[in-house]
Amino acid sequence: MDRQVILDELKKVLSPYMVNKEALNSITDETDLIKDLKINSANLVDIIIDAENKYDIEIDMDSAEKIHNVGSCIDVILEKMKEKS
Amino acid sequence: MSRRVVVTGLGVVSPNGVGIPAFLHAIQNGISGLKFVPQYKELNFNSQVCGVPPFELEDLKGYLSDVAMYGLKASTIGYAIKAAADAWLDAGNTLESNEIRWETGCVFGNSVADTEAMKRVISYVDAKQARKLGSRMVEQLMNSGATAYISGLLGLGNRVITNSAACATGSQAVLMGYEYIKHGIAKRMVVGSNEYIDPYIFGAFDSMRVLARKFNDEPEKASRPMSATANGFIPGSGAGALVIEDLEFALARNATIYAEILGGDTNSGGQRDGGTMTAPNPKGIASCITNALHNSGVLPQEIDLISGHLTATAADKMEIESWASTLNRRGDEFPLTNSLKSMIGHCLSAAGSIEIVAVILQIMHKFVHPNINLEDPNPDITNIVSVNSLPTQRINKEINIAAKANFGFGDVNTCLIFSKFK
Repeated sequence: MDRQVILDELKKVLSPYMVNKEALNSITDETDLIKDLKINSANLVDIIIDAENKYDIEIDMDSAEKIHNVGSCIDVILEKMKEKS
Repeated sequence: MSRRVVVTGLGVVSPNGVGIPAFLHAIQNGISGLKFVPQYKELNFNSQVCGVPPFELEDLKGYLSDVAMYGLKASTIGYAIKAAADAWLDAGNTLESNEIRWETGCVFGNSVADTEAMKRVISYVDAKQARKLGSRMVEQLMNSGATAYISGLLGLGNRVITNSAACATGSQAVLMGYEYIKHGIAKRMVVGSNEYIDPYIFGAFDSMRVLARKFNDEPEKASRPMSATANGFIPGSGAGALVIEDLEFALARNATIYAEILGGDTNSGGQRDGGTMTAPNPKGIASCITNALHNSGVLPQEIDLISGHLTATAADKMEIESWASTLNRRGDEFPLTNSLKSMIGHCLSAAGSIEIVAVILQIMHKFVHPNINLEDPNPDITNIVSVNSLPTQRINKEINIAAKANFGFGDVNTCLIFSKFK
């Protein structure tokens, strides 16, 4: 699965946690989840749980700590999908 | 202390009406909110009737952001948000604001936090899936969940307190808010209480054999306070909320004033002299009513309306006797008395606040709501007071002074005195 497909899916995962959903239109790998998308830091665990359920993967706490922007989020999802297959 | 405390906003989520217009219509016309619950039959409960408000969490759209709505599962918090936000709007305020209102606080009470949320946590943890619970469970498990949501929504910066005193919770919350204003600590308070009856709460009461079980086929007749056929109470869910404020603060912002809180008292009978965990000590009740009158500067003969606790158990007779002996008014001299529980059941922690909303509406709209299901008054009660004091039809009448009491497990009592604003 390529990064663009994951990105499109990830937008749907992030959307419920964003007050201003228009920020999703200009999203790049460098977009910071908390600073740019204004996601409450407490909700990062919910986003990880939702991503786990969506891709049927398990994101351990060490991997979760690497997630800070959209790019690192996609990296971790791809890595866990590869481990699974 | 010359400060006066007035009521300027009302909100309600009641089994017989969500929102003030629907609730007012229901209590003016004696409309019951009690329903047969098929699930309770499947669960082998003796009583299978409950008061369930016509309200879903999705109804909070427009009050909460989509982000806050997403993941909100606790009905008990939902009821509280709806009632409190409606009271806030009814008082002439708006929800869209970033300011912190340092002069305004909140006392909102409940008995247990949302047990459906607890069940979710227990089942996930037991299945070794705790990591899947996410970030939103703790805020819905904590007893202060309702006050946390309300104060966050409205930007309240004064005292924010969650109280709990079983069935006296709601009236105690109103009294506490009154006292903060009276003592000059706050200018304005959002006060009320909430309760969500799910099978776990209901089942625990059912096992105590204190619930009415003979009217499962006729749910609207199941709650029968003061009647000869009363055989237990019917639990109900919901929330009631009031905005109360310092009179000068209210006048300065041109608020519409609905009624005045003259004073009140909350105490305990100490679980002595007939008082137990589940039954009130009559001396505690008498002391609570006497102190409430004294604090309000009201004489017993000035009371026009008693909004009783009156749950439809054997305690009804004792309550009527307590009012009669404390006020020294019997027979035809006894004030008009009603029990909202005849229509909505006993909403436990939410009972006091919903019943107080009903009291304020009766003062505002000059009527006394009927006691439904009282075609057969208990002779032990009509030996104490005239049957004319226990109306079964709406009476259109101006109410100058109303007394409201609630009594809770743990032998705790609360009594409040309200008046028309003059």
